[in-house]
Order: sequence, then structure tokens, then C-alpha cells
Amino acid sequence: MTATDVPQAVERGVGARLPRKEDARLLTGEARFVDDLSIPGALWLGMVRSPFAHARLGNVDASAALAIPGVRHVFTGADLRDGWAAAMPCAWPVTEDMKAPDHWPIAVDKACYVGDIVAVVVADSRYAAVDGVDAVEVDYDPLEAVVDLEDAASDRTVIHDGLGTNRSYTWTLVPDPDAVERAFAEAAHVVRERYLQQRLIPVAIEPRGVAAVPGVYGGDLTVYSATQIPHILKIMITATCGVPEAKVRVIAPAVGGGFGSKLNIYAEELIAVALARRLGVPTRWTEGRSENSVATIQGRGQIQDIELAADADGKVTAVRVKLLADMGAYMQLVTPGIPLLGAFLYGGVYDVPAYSFECTGVFTTKTPTDAYRGAGRPEATYAIERAMESLAREVGVDSAEIRRRNYIPSDRFPYDASSGLTFDSGNYEPTLDRALELVDHGGRRAEQQRRRDAGDTKHLGIGIATYVEMCGLAPSRVLASLNYAAGGWEAATVRVLPTGTVQVVSGTTPHGQGHETCWSQIVADKLGVDPDSVEVLHSDTAVSPIGMDTYGSRSLPVGGVAVAMASDQVLDKARRIASHQLECAEDDLELVDGELRVKGTPTKAMTLQAVAFEAFSAHDLPDGMEPNLVGQVTYDPPNFVFPFGTHVAVVEIDEETGGVELLDYAAVDDCGVQVNPMIVEGQLHGGIVQGAAQALWEEAMYDDDGLLRNPTLTDYCVPSTAEVPSIKLDHTVTPSPTNPLGVKGIGEAGTIGSTPTVINAIVDALAPLGITDIAMPATPERVWAAIREAREAQA
Amino acid sequence: MIPAAFDYQRASSVDEAVGLLGEHGDDAKLLAGGHSLLPLMRLRLAAPAVLIDIGRLDDLSYVRSDGGQVLIGALTRHQDLATSDELRDQVPLLAHIAGQIGDPQVRHRGTIGGSIAHGDPASDLPAALLALRGTVVARGPGGEREIASDEMFTGFLETALAPDEVLTEIRVPAVGAAPWGFQKFVRRAQDWAIVGCATVLGNGTSAEPGVGLVHMGATPLRAPGVEDALRSGASPRDAAARADEGTDPPDDLNASAEYRRHLAQVLVRRALESTQP
Repeated sequence: MTATDVPQAVERGVGARLPRKEDARLLTGEARFVDDLSIPGALWLGMVRSPFAHARLGNVDASAALAIPGVRHVFTGADLRDGWAAAMPCAWPVTEDMKAPDHWPIAVDKACYVGDIVAVVVADSRYAAVDGVDAVEVDYDPLEAVVDLEDAASDRTVIHDGLGTNRSYTWTLVPDPDAVERAFAEAAHVVRERYLQQRLIPVAIEPRGVAAVPGVYGGDLTVYSATQIPHILKIMITATCGVPEAKVRVIAPAVGGGFGSKLNIYAEELIAVALARRLGVPTRWTEGRSENSVATIQGRGQIQDIELAADADGKVTAVRVKLLADMGAYMQLVTPGIPLLGAFLYGGVYDVPAYSFECTGVFTTKTPTDAYRGAGRPEATYAIERAMESLAREVGVDSAEIRRRNYIPSDRFPYDASSGLTFDSGNYEPTLDRALELVDHGGRRAEQQRRRDAGDTKHLGIGIATYVEMCGLAPSRVLASLNYAAGGWEAATVRVLPTGTVQVVSGTTPHGQGHETCWSQIVADKLGVDPDSVEVLHSDTAVSPIGMDTYGSRSLPVGGVAVAMASDQVLDKARRIASHQLECAEDDLELVDGELRVKGTPTKAMTLQAVAFEAFSAHDLPDGMEPNLVGQVTYDPPNFVFPFGTHVAVVEIDEETGGVELLDYAAVDDCGVQVNPMIVEGQLHGGIVQGAAQALWEEAMYDDDGLLRNPTLTDYCVPSTAEVPSIKLDHTVTPSPTNPLGVKGIGEAGTIGSTPTVINAIVDALAPLGITDIAMPATPERVWAAIREAREAQA
Repeated sequence: MIPAAFDYQRASSVDEAVGLLGEHGDDAKLLAGGHSLLPLMRLRLAAPAVLIDIGRLDDLSYVRSDGGQVLIGALTRHQDLATSDELRDQVPLLAHIAGQIGDPQVRHRGTIGGSIAHGDPASDLPAALLALRGTVVARGPGGEREIASDEMFTGFLETALAPDEVLTEIRVPAVGAAPWGFQKFVRRAQDWAIVGCATVLGNGTSAEPGVGLVHMGATPLRAPGVEDALRSGASPRDAAARADEGTDPPDDLNASAEYRRHLAQVLVRRALESTQP
């Protein structure tokens, strides 16, 4: 399986750089987001949020708010407490004995983070709702905030009284403890490192929003939400609000990004539903940007201790990892499982014989954490790729060489990792070779040395990271073994309508990815039709009733594969109809230019449209065949898929200011067969910058009282295009044997690769000063201070 | 994201704006480009009862030479400053700075008068005005007066403008080919400076040095220590070592005071060493 074996670049099918079908309406404003919807009679909700990280709730005085014109009601947690059928859901209780508090949409006794909802204002307009929020007076009895993870783990201040501890769970993966002990006892080299994963704010370009529209007569309820998971939300509305599932329809209209932050069930969604039902009118809420910073989940938040054992040549013999993971104040939908999505990957791309992983999840008085682009895998990759650099220094070899000595050999795939996974396919070294070539690694190293010799205050650094990730969530049985509550399949329906339009119904829920284009290309390839004649329906549970939605780089390797398989069903049926009507054997038919032709007799042919019309009229179908040309598949993948790649960054550090400039960045990624290379490149560009942002710019900064100090985009430094160089991309193609398309996910890969790459480059630049670590984000002041300290130590 | 309720009035002349300011007093705020005021209102850090929109007073948008001075209308947008041939020839420092403010959207809306009147210590144009020893013209109920830049910035986001005065014009010496420099240290291109500085070695008639500092205190500042050193013939490095003299820089999320003091010295040196042309 090498790149050359795989046919790609079909004109407008799989492999084509087709412009995205979605873009015209998204870019012109024609697409409608939740906040754009005109909903006559809707009342606006405003959330009164705790300004304290930890406080007992006293009296709520709504009188001033209710005196504001347009303010209709104010509800507290106590007012709504008895209306919930269940507390907010956590779908991933990772251990049998995991401790988690009841999490009500509106806090009842205590607020446990800044942003926790303590009351809701219902008003005629958004303006009145916000004025009302400002006027509600709540008596708070502030308690000690729990901000630091180790402090949380010490139980000095226990947040949830009923649990008696802040430690929610400890999850371990140690397949062979003796082997690990032996490896460390016999090691020629041992590396012990501690890394901090700062909290990140996902910052989707569209904040969240929800509108709940109750049916006035039929009792049905339609919920519009800026969500990645309308199907899961529908189930959870039933579970928490007690609305029979048959009465609920959830629509995710145009959704402006999520990065995992909209893979959740949020209090505001449930409050909107509960109040719409209670008041009998539509309710709606749109999140503000600063509100988004505290009210929407955050990502990362870990202390990582990693140890490598290696032999004299630097061949790794064991990896041992201990994590302390920040859950935040409550468990959101999959909060406890996020660190465990990395649990199997701390051995990275390396052939590691012995493996030990342990993670303890702790509560703090901060916004809950949950999935954020990469979710567990960026953290794992960061730790192993930083530690490999330390090992290279310890052994005294080049950072490329240490990797070459440890890569899983390409002839070992499918590879059974000591962590228990089976990596489907891989060939890592060519991505390293190509990435080094793209940045002129030899030339850069020479320039680095020249500057060092000259005493230049502009230091060059070169950083490398090779990653592998598991994505395409997920085989349902594997999810069961991890105690996850749902399955990981995906559904697709492909119909050829009587006029020849091909209609695809997908259970995935795009929020910027380009599923309409990619699914059209897959169908075009399979059925020989023009992708423009394919219509893709999604994101509405009335149109697409079965689906598991979009996250974890799953849409293509699970949902796209389902589309391909449903297309195969359509083609099979079309062949049977054509062979019946053309009076030939099915094997004698070939699909050429959208026609089923009798081989050798091209005039004997039926277009797909003609076949579809025959299937529709049903006048002359084979005996026993059902009318209509439809394929329907629910695909449960047999394994994850394992995309990989190597990234190389070149940075320049200005010693006088501490400023770090990304001079050059190359990424050579392998996501198997590419359906639309332009979309792959777009995912990589955005992902790489988002990962580099963790390295250089972004951090949710909390003070000792648990207050988020940088909730606005003035202070939370999301980078722009001006901060990054033109990224050099190339790829290899190692198809996945897991699925018939040979595809792997690419939505998270860029983010996973780039964070360690950039930090490794900074450390490489400063290594001659004795600097081996720099905290993320590596702000100019941090870098300046580190250099100054190192210089003073040298002097 | 949702401002408190306010009344909106559009002035069709400066005199009408002055009259409206007199009528509403401290409850009123002038709205020009809106790029400082509106974010404060949307965060509810400012809640003026009345906005008086002067944004359509087109006669306040101009750049013209007048003797040894360049006169700039208060409503001239950053983009128009950056692309003004007159300004590029006569005060290239100002044109250069205007071209680096924020991002293109900001530069097409924000105005020089708004930036000066806001008096944000983190803004670049006030520091440049100080370096150039410029003046501003204010019109109030009693007529016009000219305020020296050294008198203009009186406290954090406070200026010498009276509540019923409208800033109408900025006057700077036509320094022409006098050497100038500008340095801005940011984490992201569109950010306010962590520290910045503007230097100009000459006011058109003499070699009088001017050095303005960005984000080194509660107000836009001059660096008199550096100016004194330059007057005495000190090297850029020696002069720049005095950049933080007498300053009280903020300690905030983006930088400690100590780091700002260090940056001020580095940036002033670089500005002096890299003087244009």
C-alpha cells in the first residue's frame, strides 16, 4: 500500500479539488444561523450567572428586574427544580465508581464556577433580557475557590459536599505492570518530564444559541440549536425535560464552527425547552462572546507526568504516564472521557514494548472542560513528542534520528500497540523525510549554527513532531468497553429521485466541514453522476432521523463510508433493473458516464435517471423487487482509523524582546485516500494554527479566586493570518484497510501535530542556554524571562 | 454584547454638536468612528444616556498644509491618513503609524480625532502627537482654542477637553524629511501595543528630538530623559536606556511593569537606530 497504488484525482469525484458547494450561501449571508431566525412571539432569555467561583446561594431578589419594561419573568433554580425529569447528562462514566454531582441546568444551592447559571430572565427582547439580568440581585455567600489541580486533588476544600472529595475517578491502563517495572530497572536512559496543558477556550466563530418553539396545538416541540449533535440533543431533551421523543424535532441550522464545544448538552438548551413548554411560547437565547468564554466548555487542563525508559541506543523500552485532569465544576456530556481519548497514544508513533497510563480526574471551581479539537490526543502527542526531544538530548543524537530509531516499522502494520490498540496502517518515516526537505532542514541547521557562532541575538530553532491519532469514533463495542453510553455507528440513505437528482441523507452534522461537497463527490464517484446533481440533507432530526453526528474526525471515515456503502446498494439495484429491462446479465453491464451500458454494445444503455424513473413508476421491475431506487446503510466501523504525519517548524526568537516568530512551517500528513484535497488542506491550515495557538498565544487565565481574567478576544489571543507564515503542505497516501474508501479523518490532525512542533522548536533554539522547557503559551515575556534567568545562571 | 439603552442624535454641524453637548452635559458622548466607544458600551463599561453622532461631518475630514504645519481634520480616518500623499511627504511618521492601527476594518472606521480624544495610553497616535509636539483644536460654546499636546492627556482616558467641547483639528509640524522611527511590540498584529514608541528628530526647523511612549503609564507619555540625552548628543543606546525614566507602566495580563520597562528601552533604541529616512 503505497501512494502510487491508489488511483486518485477523478475529475469531479473522489480526489477532485472541488470548490465547496456550501460556500456561496455561507459567504453571502444567505445561510441562516440560530440568531438569524425570525420567530414571531419568541421571548428572549437572559442568564443570571454567578460572579463567584464558589458560593452558597441566598435570596434572589427579582423585583428590580421585573420592574423593567419588557421583563416578564425571573426563574430560579428552585423554581424549576421539580420540573426536570433528570439532571444534565454525562454519557461517559469512565469507571464504575466515578463520582459526579447532580448537575442541574440552574444551580439550586451552590454556584460552582463563574458563569454557573443561578436565575433566568424572560423578556420581550434581548435588550430587555440583558437589562433584567443586570437588575437581578442575588445574595451570595462566597466560599473558597479551587483553582489549582493539585490543590483540588488534596481535598483541602471539597466542592461538592455530597461526594466528600474532589477526586472523581482514577482510570488505569497497565497491561503488563511487571514489564514496565523491568524496563525502567534495566534502562540505560530514563527521561522524567512534567508538562502543563493550559486550559483553552474553543472560540467558535458563532457563539452558541438556541430557540425552542412549542407546537401550540399538536404539542410537538421544535428546537433550533447551534449544536454539533442534534440527534443526541433530541434524546437528551427527552431524558432531561421529559418530552416524549416522538414529540421532539431538533434542527441544527447553519452552525458556525464548534471545535468540540458544541458537542454537548447545555443548560441553556434545556432551560429554553423547559420554559417554552411551561409558558407555551417560543423562547430563545443567543450567547455573547464574553459569555461564551465562561459558559461554554473549555479544553485541555492537565498536569502530565511522563517517563520514558530507553536502552543505550535511545530505543524506547517503556512509557509511563500519570495525568491529573481538570474536569471543571461539573461533568458535561463527555468530560471525564476526554483525557482517556489520549490514554492509548502516549507511546506515539513508536514501537513501545511496555506501557502504563493512569489518569485522575478532579473537580475545580472553573467552567467544565470537555472535547476541544483533538480531545485527549493533542495532550498525548504533546507529551510523547516533547519527551522524545528530551531523550534525544539525553542520548546525544539528533531529534530526527531519535525518531527514526523508534518509529513503528512500516512492515509491522496492522500494528498491535502495547496500549491495546491496533493501528490500521502507517508509514511514518517518509513523512519525516519530506517535511525536513520542505524546510531545508540542512540549510536551517547550518544557519542556526552560524548565528550561534556569531553570538546573534536572533536565535533559530527547528522543531519536529510526528503524530498518530485514533479517530473515526468509533467501533460501538470498543465504546462499550470504555463504558461510553452510546454507539459509534453512522447512518446514510442515498435515493435517486425520479428526475435523476440523487438525494443523500446523512446522520452527520456539518458545522463548517464541507460534508455536502464531500458526500456529493463520493456519490458522484460511485454512481457516475455530476456532484452538482447530488443534494445532501442533514442536521434536522425530521429529515435525518438516525445519526450520531459530527466530532472526533468521524464524519468521513464513518459517515462518508456509510454514504459510499448506500451508493453501492443503489448501484446494485440499478444494475438489476437495467439487466432486467435490457435483457442482459448484470455482469455484462458497465457504468460509463452515468449510464449502465451493455459491454460491447454501447447503444444498449440506460441512464441512471431512466433507471430511477423505472424504479419510481414500478411498471416493469424484476419479480419481487420493491419500487424506488434507495440504498440505506448504518455502518459500525470495525476499528478506529489512524492518520499520521510529521510537522516541522522553524522559529526565530528575539532575545531582546522574547518574541517568537514562526518563520517556516511544513506539514506532511497522511489521512489515507483524500476525497477533496482542498478541504483536507483547509482543515490542516486551520488545525495547525489552532495548535500553534496553544503553543504561543492562547490560555484561559484564572486568578486565585477562580475568575476568568481574559474573557474577551482583546485579551484571549486567538491568532490571525498575520501571525503565521504560509504553511507548506504535502502528503503521503497510506489507505486505511478499515473501510472500503481507504479514508481516515483529518479534522483534528493539524492541531495534534502543531503544538509540540512549535514548542520543540523554541526549546531547540534555546537549548544552548540550558533551557529545556517553556510553559505554554510561550509568551514573549515568558521567553524573555527564561532567557534572562538562563543567562544569569550561566554568568 | 448588548449596550444599555441610549438616545441617539445626529449632529449636522460642529456647532450643533457643541450645543447638544451643552444640553446633555456629562450624560452625552460624541460618536465618531465608534471603535473605542462602542466596545466599551457593548461590554457595559460605558453607558452614556445620549450619543451625539458627528461621524457624518464630512468637512472635518481633511489633510492640508498650512505654512510649516499640517492640519488634519478630526474625522479623518486612519486609512485616509495612511494613504494621504500630503501626510506621507510632510509627516511620514503619522502616515506610517496610521497604516498599522488595528486591522483594515478598524482603519476604515476609526478616526484620528477619536483616538486623540479617547486618550488611551495604549493607542499609537497620541504618542506620535506628543513626539511631534503637535496641538489640537477644540471648539466649545465660547469658540475655538488650541491645546498643546503636552497639556492634552490629563489622566487615564481623560483629556483637557471640556465636556462641551468638540475636538475639530489636529495640527502637527511639517517635519518633512526629519528622521523618524516607530516601534510597536504586539503579540498579534491587530493588538494594542504592549509597548510602543514614536521618535522624530526634528520639528521642521530645528533638530529638536521628540520621543513618545505607548502604554507606559496611565496616559500617553513623552520620554523627556531620552530627549535630554539626545540633545546632549548621546548615542541611541545610551539615550534609550532612559526610556522608562519617570514612567509607571501597568502590570497587566499581557506584560509585567518590569518587562514593559525593559521593552521601552529596547524599542526606543531600535526606533532611534532605524530612523527613517
